[in-house]
Amino acid sequence: MSLLKAIWLQPQACAQLDESAWDLLVRQARHANLLGRLHHHLRDAGAPVHERAQVHLLSAATMAERQHRSVRREAGILRDTLAALGLPLILLKGAAYVLSGLPAARGRVFADVDILVPRERLEDVESQLMLTGWVTDNLDAYDQRYYRRWMHELPAMIHMHRGTALDVHHTILPATARLKPSAAALLEAAIELPGLPGIRVLSPSDMVLHSACHLFHEGEADNLLRDLSDLDLLLRHFGAQPDFWELLLARARAQQLTRPLSLALRYASTELATPVPETLLRETGAHRREALNPLYRRLFEPQHESSAGRAARAARAALFVRGHWLRMPPWLLAYHVAHKAIFPPQQTRANGP
Amino acid sequence: MKVGELSPHELRHALAGPGLRITTGPFGCRLQSPIAAVADELAQLYQHHELLDESRFIDFHVKVAPPTGLRRWLRPQAIFSVDGVHPFTPLPIEQALPMLEWGLNWCVTAYCHHLLVLHAATVAHGDRALILPAPPGSGKSTLCAALFNRGWRLLSDELTLIDLRDGRVHPLGRPVNLKNQSIELIASFAPNAFLSRPVHDTAKGTVALMAPSRASVEASLEPAWPRWVVLPRWQAQAPTRLEALPPGEAFLHLADNAMNYHILAEQGFEALGRLIDRAEAFHFSYSDLDEAIVTFDRLAERA
Repeated sequence: MSLLKAIWLQPQACAQLDESAWDLLVRQARHANLLGRLHHHLRDAGAPVHERAQVHLLSAATMAERQHRSVRREAGILRDTLAALGLPLILLKGAAYVLSGLPAARGRVFADVDILVPRERLEDVESQLMLTGWVTDNLDAYDQRYYRRWMHELPAMIHMHRGTALDVHHTILPATARLKPSAAALLEAAIELPGLPGIRVLSPSDMVLHSACHLFHEGEADNLLRDLSDLDLLLRHFGAQPDFWELLLARARAQQLTRPLSLALRYASTELATPVPETLLRETGAHRREALNPLYRRLFEPQHESSAGRAARAARAALFVRGHWLRMPPWLLAYHVAHKAIFPPQQTRANGP
Repeated sequence: MKVGELSPHELRHALAGPGLRITTGPFGCRLQSPIAAVADELAQLYQHHELLDESRFIDFHVKVAPPTGLRRWLRPQAIFSVDGVHPFTPLPIEQALPMLEWGLNWCVTAYCHHLLVLHAATVAHGDRALILPAPPGSGKSTLCAALFNRGWRLLSDELTLIDLRDGRVHPLGRPVNLKNQSIELIASFAPNAFLSRPVHDTAKGTVALMAPSRASVEASLEPAWPRWVVLPRWQAQAPTRLEALPPGEAFLHLADNAMNYHILAEQGFEALGRLIDRAEAFHFSYSDLDEAIVTFDRLAERA
């Protein structure tokens, strides 16, 4: 197990770390995008933190705060933009956690705001956004089609003055994926945030199911541990509400999402010790051992050179393929892979962490 | 033990292998580079810096190396990485050394929001700091290099680190980045200081790095109190002139030159306010370095 996970599970073990171990912990947490969250986690646990590491933890938490302020401001602007179309703003993922003040928001960094709109209003929303300064990055015709026909979101948009990034989703899984949860049901169950008229987030069950889908379909290895930690924090928070677990199971069944839920519950409980009722583990099949297990377990480690060797790289590749396999039928996958092999994407400049 | 006490072989071996671990002000850095030319000049630039052993905390694990792949045979390049992350595109291999310095600066601006980071040079007289915030081309590095070669202590040339708790300036103690005409100017002004070979055609024109003085490096764990804020402007033939600057204007100049002011929000605002309360601010135009030194020495005696 990586040092990061060991400390996450047992913050009191901080007392035994020497300077070089703190060094490694900071590097692993930074690579996993968990440095800011670790700051809050260790402080809550009252764990003793070495002063040399403390400054990095604090710095990452400060950076997250800054992003949260910007997301709150962006949400207000987007709400007004969508109100002109008679639509509420429905926030997903990080932005939803921040605006709802959930524990999953603390120290979380994210690059973009994700929102959900009804599919039939997608064109109106896109034009309204363009009128208010949001533009799509230069994409070739193939990539445009990839997003518009096959995915569950528009190509990423950027605000031309504020530089913020926006992902507009019309459902939570690609249109071509085998699982087809109802987007209408998500919209209908969305909850308006107290004190923030016109701003909604998914219901607790849907929020957890979306997080689970994201984790097991997107195939983005760098953030897997962070995403699993999101799930852990959501489950710990909502799990304290009466009926949450029954509602979650019923919703997963109604939305055909028992499979991603089962994976989510299994790995949250085995990797991050999330308390999940025994009955739920049994009923979703989360307690079973499976072929994918060793693959995922490698990836729920920080993808830093100290904890991610050759085997982890192979696991990342396998997961990337699996993510695509789940997103589209075989003929489409073959076409997509062939296209990308013949016309490889231009390398773009990395923009830091 | 100091970098200068290593044999050239030991130094190259460390850089090409497990890394050279050194302390620069409040930070521990592990430097890696298999490029021999980098090793030789690095040895000079960092000769007075303390070595760290493997048990110590490292803030920045950085590396400058040729990228892998076929391209390296076509056009030799160097790429900067910090613990496996590549924030920049590769540059021609001749720029490897300045790239390492720019990369270390990038680390400070990306990872150090526990400090207010100003784009400014700082020198000190005892424990009183003279902060020179300015846009590129204003001659702040030239002035800073001239001052620390005439008895002032170098804190930093590019990034000034303000402690958010007590408002003191932490030295960074790294080489000074000289550009274009100022390279010759400072080379003749301070012929004994080490200057790296000039590197041409970089994004900043021709650059050369000057080693910080021994005294500056040895005092690089001693913070200083902000005492003067000076906006320099070098102009050919200009008479030496130091003019008081209203505090409000000085505040705005500093905020403009703060790298993470927008990230720190209220904390940044308060830290800058405290800094302005403590310091006297001036406009300074000059063309003659000797006169400039006299002006600041007088300022230091007066206060």
